[in-house]
Amino acid sequence: MIRKPLRPIARVLRAREEGVDPAVIEAEARAARLRKQRKAERRKAASRLILLASVFFLSFGAVGWRMVVLATTPAAEPSGGGNYTRIVNQRADIVDRNGAILATNLVTFSLYARPQDMVDPVAAAEGLVRIFPDLEKERLLRWFTGARKFVWIKRKLSPEQKQAVYDLGEPGLRFGPRELRLYPNGRLAAHILGGTSFGEEGVYAAEVIGTAGVELEFDKFLRDPAEDGAPLELSIDLSVQAAMRRVLAGGMVMMQAKAASAVVMEVDTGRIVAMVSLPDFDPNDRPNPPVSGDPGDSPLFNRVAQGKYELGSTFKVLTAAQALETGLATPDTMIPTRGPLKWGKFTIRDYKNYGAQLSLEDVIVKSSNIGTANLAVEIGAEAQQAFLRNLGLLEALPVELREAGHSKPMFPAPKQWSELSTMTISYGHGIAVTPLHLAAAYATIANGGLRVRPTLLKNAPLPSEEERVVSEETSRQVLDMMRQVVVRGTASLGDVPGYQVGGKTGTADKPDPKGGYYEGKVLSTFASVFPTGDPKYVLVLSLDEPEIEMAGELRRTAGWTAVPVAAEVIRRIAPLLDVRPEYFDAPEETGTLTLTSN
Amino acid sequence: MKGFLTFLGVVAVVFVATWAYRVNYSTQEALSDVARLQRQIAKEREAIAVLRAEWAYLNRPGRLLALSEKHFGTLRLMPLSAENYSDPMKVIYPTPEDPLSMSEVINAAVLQALGESE
Repeated sequence: MIRKPLRPIARVLRAREEGVDPAVIEAEARAARLRKQRKAERRKAASRLILLASVFFLSFGAVGWRMVVLATTPAAEPSGGGNYTRIVNQRADIVDRNGAILATNLVTFSLYARPQDMVDPVAAAEGLVRIFPDLEKERLLRWFTGARKFVWIKRKLSPEQKQAVYDLGEPGLRFGPRELRLYPNGRLAAHILGGTSFGEEGVYAAEVIGTAGVELEFDKFLRDPAEDGAPLELSIDLSVQAAMRRVLAGGMVMMQAKAASAVVMEVDTGRIVAMVSLPDFDPNDRPNPPVSGDPGDSPLFNRVAQGKYELGSTFKVLTAAQALETGLATPDTMIPTRGPLKWGKFTIRDYKNYGAQLSLEDVIVKSSNIGTANLAVEIGAEAQQAFLRNLGLLEALPVELREAGHSKPMFPAPKQWSELSTMTISYGHGIAVTPLHLAAAYATIANGGLRVRPTLLKNAPLPSEEERVVSEETSRQVLDMMRQVVVRGTASLGDVPGYQVGGKTGTADKPDPKGGYYEGKVLSTFASVFPTGDPKYVLVLSLDEPEIEMAGELRRTAGWTAVPVAAEVIRRIAPLLDVRPEYFDAPEETGTLTLTSN
Repeated sequence: MKGFLTFLGVVAVVFVATWAYRVNYSTQEALSDVARLQRQIAKEREAIAVLRAEWAYLNRPGRLLALSEKHFGTLRLMPLSAENYSDPMKVIYPTPEDPLSMSEVINAAVLQALGESE
């Protein structure tokens, strides 16, 4: 830049000629230069201010705009990270101890209508009635031509039905996805699984909630997303369950019983391997609870965990166990059995007269009510109560079924627990428990004396030494007695070669709701342990009102009804349970196995 | 000198802008790829669930029983029973007439093997 001189020579010379002070020129030039400089500085400052303001304006504007955008757009899941949560089902599977599926989910569709979108409501109604015969044409037409804008038609569709509805070509009929709970094995484990129903329902999804059984008990676990879809592992063995249900159903028909139930439990752990109650239902299409009649006759009723029954002579084993445990008797102690035994106006009779006395073992083998009652008097009411409580027979079942929690056993209140009660309870009358209670009590005695709590979970805690109910010696003696019942007693039809079955029969008269007991209606029960040499499993099997013509007589007692069915059950399930059979002596000359050599 | 710096700056800006543009687009592409894969995984999972359900349904004990009865003629499948188990002690092993010592057996096997290889 060419600077303008402060003293331009031309002007100074001219000023000198005119006699003016040249310093004035210099001062003017200096002032002009200063003005110019100031002006430039001002402009510079102004532009800086504008720049600064616009920077602030833009940055705040950007932040504000971003906020507006974030506030007005729908939220999206971050999708850039590497760790994705699995897309899991709404409800976890239920599997048996070997991982076979008992309950899973299928995506299916629900059908709804939007009448305002309909082209031909009459044709649509006619078509729907053709596909679903249970729908009424008049009602559909009323819906389709009325003021409603939304109508549910079907909750669940099969793929074939969906295609058929699709083929109607009606734009007003729409499908919404539904997660369907599927029980592939149908009726097999109906009472254990329970069932589900839809909870909150929307067009695009519906909540599936448990309504009974483990589906209800573990509803939270099954629906917990934090579990990442981990299946619920039950202690049930599907093949054992199937075999037992089949044999029991056959036995029920053969013995003309109106209902039947059976449960198999591991003696050491209390894990339930199979549990069947007949009649049963299909959990895929769970019926509604009955509104009339005895709920105990409904197929929904779980006779193993819900039904409280007087289980009769099966309780004698418990009385004997207590007598042995307290040292009142040994298996050889003689017990008076002269009858009839009178207490007040009440008389206790035996099936037949067993003479003046029997050894304790024979009291059990021959099932003497009088002998057991006499023994119970020796034991006393309080000790009996305490023993039964230790076995868990006086409290609701801890098993993981919501229904079972309501079935607290029925027994006299401690004040009314008279000597008579003690006597009748000693042989299983005057106390009503579920068959599962009895199975747990038998397991407790059979496993060496540790208290067993029934469970349906594969990984349930084991019983510990802290809860010892009877000693190992008592356990062994009782097992030997139970074996004798099968070898030479009331359960002689219950012997299964190779499996050393032991047990105790119980034939209880059924109580009449009007008071007293029915004539000729019994509940036959066989509570068994196998193999008695090294107890592994307990089986409690009951038949309700069985009757069979056998050996020229009408038979109802457990020895003729429940026992043969139980024997068949054990014959079928013991090999499936990997129970090592006791081998027969003398190796057969013609071995079934052949080895090839060279 | 100053002009050169400006030129360098412009070049750098162009370069960085191109790079950012490319990264931006490849990121978007990767994200949509991920989303597509996730949809595919979800679909596969659903298919697996359906297949598992079908497998369980086809293997339900009732059906297997019916099938084994239907094909009893060829398969002759019977329920497992105690007689299907046996004691290993009962297996009848051939008793050699002249028990050989272990070394003799090995020598014989070695000789045989050598003979075969020749």
